[in-house]
Amino acid sequence: MSGVPQGFRRERVDRGVAVRARDVFALSSNRDLAWLLLPRVVPLVLLLAFPLLGSRISGYGQTVMLNTLVVSLLALSWDLLASAGLVSLGQAFFFGLGGYVAGWLNARLGLPPALTIPIATVAGAAISTALLFPLLRLRGIYFGMITFALPLLLMRVVETTGVLGGTEGLSGLTPLPNRTLELYLVTIAALVTLLAFRRLATSDYGLLFQAIRDNDRAVIASGFDLQRRKAQVVFLAALPAAFAGAFVTHRYQFVGMPAFAMDYSTLPLTSAVIGGPGSFFGAMVGAFILVPLSELLREFGSLRVVVYSAMLLVFTIGLPEGLFRFAARKWTQLERLVPIEEAARER
Amino acid sequence: MDGLLASTLVYGLVSSATLLLTALGFSLTFGLSGVANFAHGGLYLLSGFTAWMLMKAGLPFLAAAGLTVVLVGVLGALLYRVVIMPVRGIVLAEVISTFAVGVAIIEFFRWKGFTTYDYALPELVEGSVEILGVSVDWQRLLIVGIALALTLGLWAFTHWTKIGLALRGMSQDEYTALSVGIESDWAAMLSLALGSALAAVAAVVLLPLGIISINSGYDALLVALAVTVLGGLESTAGMIAGSLILGFAVTLTGNYVGPRWGEVVYLGAIVVVLTFRPSGLLGSSKQLEERV
Repeated sequence: MSGVPQGFRRERVDRGVAVRARDVFALSSNRDLAWLLLPRVVPLVLLLAFPLLGSRISGYGQTVMLNTLVVSLLALSWDLLASAGLVSLGQAFFFGLGGYVAGWLNARLGLPPALTIPIATVAGAAISTALLFPLLRLRGIYFGMITFALPLLLMRVVETTGVLGGTEGLSGLTPLPNRTLELYLVTIAALVTLLAFRRLATSDYGLLFQAIRDNDRAVIASGFDLQRRKAQVVFLAALPAAFAGAFVTHRYQFVGMPAFAMDYSTLPLTSAVIGGPGSFFGAMVGAFILVPLSELLREFGSLRVVVYSAMLLVFTIGLPEGLFRFAARKWTQLERLVPIEEAARER
Repeated sequence: MDGLLASTLVYGLVSSATLLLTALGFSLTFGLSGVANFAHGGLYLLSGFTAWMLMKAGLPFLAAAGLTVVLVGVLGALLYRVVIMPVRGIVLAEVISTFAVGVAIIEFFRWKGFTTYDYALPELVEGSVEILGVSVDWQRLLIVGIALALTLGLWAFTHWTKIGLALRGMSQDEYTALSVGIESDWAAMLSLALGSALAAVAAVVLLPLGIISINSGYDALLVALAVTVLGGLESTAGMIAGSLILGFAVTLTGNYVGPRWGEVVYLGAIVVVLTFRPSGLLGSSKQLEERV
């Protein structure tokens, strides 16, 4: 073997164990532990430390970070819905409703953001669940069709009826106190959502959602109320999306028709597909790749939409498992050098 | 007859025919191969601009329109071969990949700056005529005629010709169809080509009514979804009923409540119908099983 020093041999990180048990390794040393902890701890520390850098990061950099985290929230929400077989092409629906609830509470009732954001998170999710409830009987492709249409139609309703400020929107809303708080608020929201959804997916309660995706007839036959379960998963998935809407509303001190824009539907969808659906980590990884990329392409106008549509296409066809699973697998297949014990003893 | 009522009747019919024509291609592809072609809106817009460019190159309108229909039909077949075939059967991936193609086409034209008033197609027939005391231009009547002719023609095609029957057989029971020698990919490719060509027909007939605006791509997809979901699939009568309901509802509210309220009706109509009849207005029980 070339490139291997005398007295060493190559060894894969998962040492063949992963062939039998996908994620379980025999942990024999702290070094093994470190190999596993590294990819988990480093991103976490970077995320939590980012707001502390303060003015060392430019205002633009912080804006990109905020946008990334907002898209992460929407992508996580998409992933939970998809894990229950409900493919949403209109995350902007949840986002816009959350945003409008927060905006309305602040503009009409004068509530401070400390109240409007939590209320809008819950109320926005509840309203979107109620609006979607009659349509929850649809499945597969039909659900996708209807979620694609809903935000665009709501946008027109606001435009034509002039409710909630109509085309002008609601402006002059209370801003959030400072940038560090904004960053921490949305970072923690994203992490809590990520971990909560991961936990949910492996619980008995969450397994039922996967059962709905795999075979909803079997779920009915087992005596579960399919409609109620679907409504529950929509509510849970709508929470982070409505929070993102409420947060962005206060950040820009404005909510209007752009809250239902296609960008808030396509960006999370593309993020989740690039990162790989089903793992939740993937949705976040995707957002952290896509949003900075789309910022780089901002000067090219709507060409960036073409670029991420192309990425969406390439990943759907070429790498359906997504970057996250791909990278995770490759990471455990890395080869490291270990001393050959016999050789060491003989010397 | 009351002027407003007459105008509602005439323009309701015209707008129903517009909806029907827009949705026809999408619904046909979906009914025959089960592929929801979310690139429908993109192809619609692409057809408009292709016809415009062909006319710039010196072709007369009819030739340009005909060539566009053929070209976009071929593109639809390619779309199936390149994009859909690798992910056939994975519904989520089919939807996402065609959606991506559609958005890419539409946003490409936006980026290229196809947004001025120069981009318009000429009307095939100028002038207008009075029906029930309401003045309608010939182009709008032509839309009604073409929509009707195409719907009837397609019905005859899928019920009486060998190819049409093969396509329907494939949509009803894939394994049985395979066992009598109908190739699945061939049938799906043909249905995609037909659906795309119909999107092109809709574009060259409907777009002369105004300028070719970028957002008409998204609108076309939205209309196709609304009509298809509302009417029930693979049911020609359902599609006609769906577009009549939407068309008249929009015109009625537009005339009696206020011109800007018409659009709101889409949302209401879809939600109400799907709440009470999840299979669509005239959908059959087989479709009900697929949907619910």
